[in-house]
Amino acid sequence: MIKVSQLTKKFGSHVSLDNVNCEFHKNESIALMGANGAGKTTLIRSILGYYHPDQGEVLINGLNPIKDRTKVLQEISFVPQLPPPIKLSLDELIQYVSISAQVDRELILHYANEMKLDINANINKSFFKLSGGMKQKMLIAISLAKKSDIIIYDEPTANLDPKARDDFYRLLKQNEEEKVLLFVTHRLEEVKDLVNRQIYMDLGKIVSDETI
Amino acid sequence: MKNLYLIAYLDLKESIRARWFVVYSLVFGGLIALFFIAGVTESQVMGFSGLSRLLLMYIQITIVILPIFILITTVRSISGDRDNHILEYMLSFPISLKQYYWGKIIGRFITVYLPVLFAMVIAVVYGAFKGADIPWNIFFLYTGLLFALSSAFLGIAFFISSFVKSSEVALGIAFFIWIFLLAFIDIALISLMMQQRFNEELIIFISLANPMELFRVAAISLFDPELTVMGPVAFYILDSISQGMFVLLSIGYPLVLGLLFAFLGYKIFEKKDLV
Repeated sequence: MIKVSQLTKKFGSHVSLDNVNCEFHKNESIALMGANGAGKTTLIRSILGYYHPDQGEVLINGLNPIKDRTKVLQEISFVPQLPPPIKLSLDELIQYVSISAQVDRELILHYANEMKLDINANINKSFFKLSGGMKQKMLIAISLAKKSDIIIYDEPTANLDPKARDDFYRLLKQNEEEKVLLFVTHRLEEVKDLVNRQIYMDLGKIVSDETI
Repeated sequence: MKNLYLIAYLDLKESIRARWFVVYSLVFGGLIALFFIAGVTESQVMGFSGLSRLLLMYIQITIVILPIFILITTVRSISGDRDNHILEYMLSFPISLKQYYWGKIIGRFITVYLPVLFAMVIAVVYGAFKGADIPWNIFFLYTGLLFALSSAFLGIAFFISSFVKSSEVALGIAFFIWIFLLAFIDIALISLMMQQRFNEELIIFISLANPMELFRVAAISLFDPELTVMGPVAFYILDSISQGMFVLLSIGYPLVLGLLFAFLGYKIFEKKDLV
């Protein structure tokens, strides 16, 4: 599903990804780990088509995420580590998602409800004015409602309380079939029941890749 | 196309809620109100009176403040979204870069153009209510000139926004461009350059290349056939080109300039790393 071949990405003289090769297949849940600056976020951003590689390529179902970005991104859900300060209201954000990615609005409301986010009380509030946890719940609800084949979470539970984490893992369990789940995490113990593969990165290279 | 309209629509809604938009609208609406309160329409200076006089004053102030307003409010649109990771999230949805970029431009253009246009419309409506003669030729000329000037500076702002790494740098460049172009209108550097006896073709070229100078000369030329309130370059330009041709040039050139910069900005946006 995702094929990364000889991927190298440099920022000035700093090599962020150094000839990375890996493949991710259906029904794999991967914990992507490593110290700060190991290249995890660069790898994810390359998969999302944000970076032009210095060498190598990324293919998603055989498509290049830069050249065929709309087709590729139709199949990917992404939740960043820190929710960005989007100034749109929740209603406008839902409108943006449902029109651009053909996501059912009711499904977003359903998952928000499952995450115990009272969307109706906040529907006209700017996204950036919500609390950190509420923002994260909203982005998680969107990611699940999108029904993508590939779900990428960059430290998704950083702002969530224990109850919300349980809700999140329960919903993920219900939605993981036939998908690639890619977690960037520093806390393996939190996702160890979910993942079946662990990848460690260091200095832009994959140093360990174990299937459990 | 629906994604293009979606981006434009959401950017428009977001901008209208922003504090800068309130200030921006109040400045231009307030100017018109101030002119009426100050009795500008009843005064007569150098042959201008009534609504013509009011519109002339409005446009002279607009020359200076509209470009900087557009630059500082727009220059951070993409670089700011990149800075605070909004771009990273919003572009994780299947929207093409073309739709995102041009949608933002359309939304922002409507935001910056409508308040300056509405301010003039209010002036005309209020003037008509007060029984003043409506100078329609001036009104339509200014509508076109403001459209062209807004396009030029919006294009420049998006161009800057597409390549700078941080929004602080973007603001710095925007201020520099504004000061630089302002310095190259008659009243400042151009007069100095003429005193130094630079080649007159060079001076005319510099003037014609500056959208602010074009705007200024075109805006005043309808009023002042004697060109007493304009500088030497304006006089020279209107001596060389017919007034009709010059008005066309003063609307067409900033429009093309704005589109060109916007297009260059898009090419950079497309070729660069997005976040």
